[in-house]
Amino acid sequence: MSPHLILRVVAKLLIPLILVFGFYVHFHAKYAPGGAFQAGVILASALILYALIYGMDAARKAVPPWAARVVLALGAFIFAAVGFVSFFFGENFLDFNVLLPTDYRGQYLGILLVEIGVLMTVTAVIIAIFYAFAGRTPEITDEDW
Amino acid sequence: MDVTQYFDYALMAMLLAVGVAIIRLRNLFAVVMLTGVYSLLSAAWFTSLDALDVGFTEAAVGAGISTVLLLAAMLLTSRECDKVTASRHWAALAVCVAAGAALFYALPDMAPYGAADSPANTGPGMEYMTRTAEDMKNIPNVVTAVLGSYRGFDTMGEVFVVFAAGVGVALLLGLSGRRREEDQ
Amino acid sequence: MIEMLSERFVYVVIIILMMTGLYALIATGNLVKRMVGLTIFQTSVFLLYITVGKVFGGVPPILNYDDLKAGTLDPNQLYSNPLPHVLILTAIVVGVATLAMGLALVVRIREAYGTIEDDAISEADYSLELEKGV
Repeated sequence: MSPHLILRVVAKLLIPLILVFGFYVHFHAKYAPGGAFQAGVILASALILYALIYGMDAARKAVPPWAARVVLALGAFIFAAVGFVSFFFGENFLDFNVLLPTDYRGQYLGILLVEIGVLMTVTAVIIAIFYAFAGRTPEITDEDW
Repeated sequence: MDVTQYFDYALMAMLLAVGVAIIRLRNLFAVVMLTGVYSLLSAAWFTSLDALDVGFTEAAVGAGISTVLLLAAMLLTSRECDKVTASRHWAALAVCVAAGAALFYALPDMAPYGAADSPANTGPGMEYMTRTAEDMKNIPNVVTAVLGSYRGFDTMGEVFVVFAAGVGVALLLGLSGRRREEDQ
Repeated sequence: MIEMLSERFVYVVIIILMMTGLYALIATGNLVKRMVGLTIFQTSVFLLYITVGKVFGGVPPILNYDDLKAGTLDPNQLYSNPLPHVLILTAIVVGVATLAMGLALVVRIREAYGTIEDDAISEADYSLELEKGV
């Protein structure tokens, strides 16, 4: 008999919704308030909720710590790489007009690409920080109980 | 004169009350929870100040993640903080009064609140509104356009700071996120 | 004087909030509470930036999509300044990252010294040096 039955059922319903909301905030940021920074935090908070209710071991199975560390570096790399693409086309660093030279949508594409980098880094950093703190075993003294 | 300014006054009063409560409380759990309340109240005020994106971020990051981190740190360290000694109290008060007096002295140099013709609101910030409409014909949210494109280099620096902080925490508290018992 | 203060009333409130954070930062010896004081100070600075960018009668800096597509944007529409929003948006995320860094250091200090009160930490350092005979 598992404890917190209601919490488990509610979390099962909520976590997919939180993830969808996170991606909505990310991809709808050009039309409404939102953006990669907020979306990254919302996506990470879905995993934090999962870890709080199902335990750290289940969370480590869902998103292994090594995956968080790889994504953390990859996001920053994607952002810089988009900047260097402009370099190779002979333009200024992070000038997105070279991505689609004849079209104003080049800016749109560039922002989309760098925001994916930001999303990956922010999500992975928050997850990595949470793992680092949650992985420590607290020393609870008797008087605190 | 619109009604929203009274909401602002209420938010300011609550922020001040929560700030003073945080100073006076000694139970760290209460302090951490009130910090979350403080962030949420300031997020509400950000929204009232037309900064929708900032309010959103503050509510998600300041009230959500900060509280989780502070709770985790509190659990790993201690639940109570020591009483403030009298010498420290007066020293801190003296520093605060001096710094506050200096800031009040500088106050007349600030432009009036909400003025459209203040130096800050006539400079490059406002040009982004017209530039975005010309350059990017399909991005209505100017904040995203400035963040991703016009000030992209700045944002890249911020991403690298976040990256460095993540790596730093992982190095300080263990890369695997799990304490190796044999090291102890 | 009264007019000057009433026009800048929000800045007065924000300065008081800032000093609240500064007091919490200096007065307490507890390192976690110090990080809380730092967070309060930081949030007050964010509030200062955003209030500077506020324009009375303005709307949030999001253009109307249909007008933008059709090129019929109203040139007289007032907007709040988008630049402080961008600066503070990233500053908030960086703030939480640095907060995590500081808290990680506090956790390590607790493991090394068994306390997070700075008086006790400096006392432990002092007695350690006495033992070494420095």
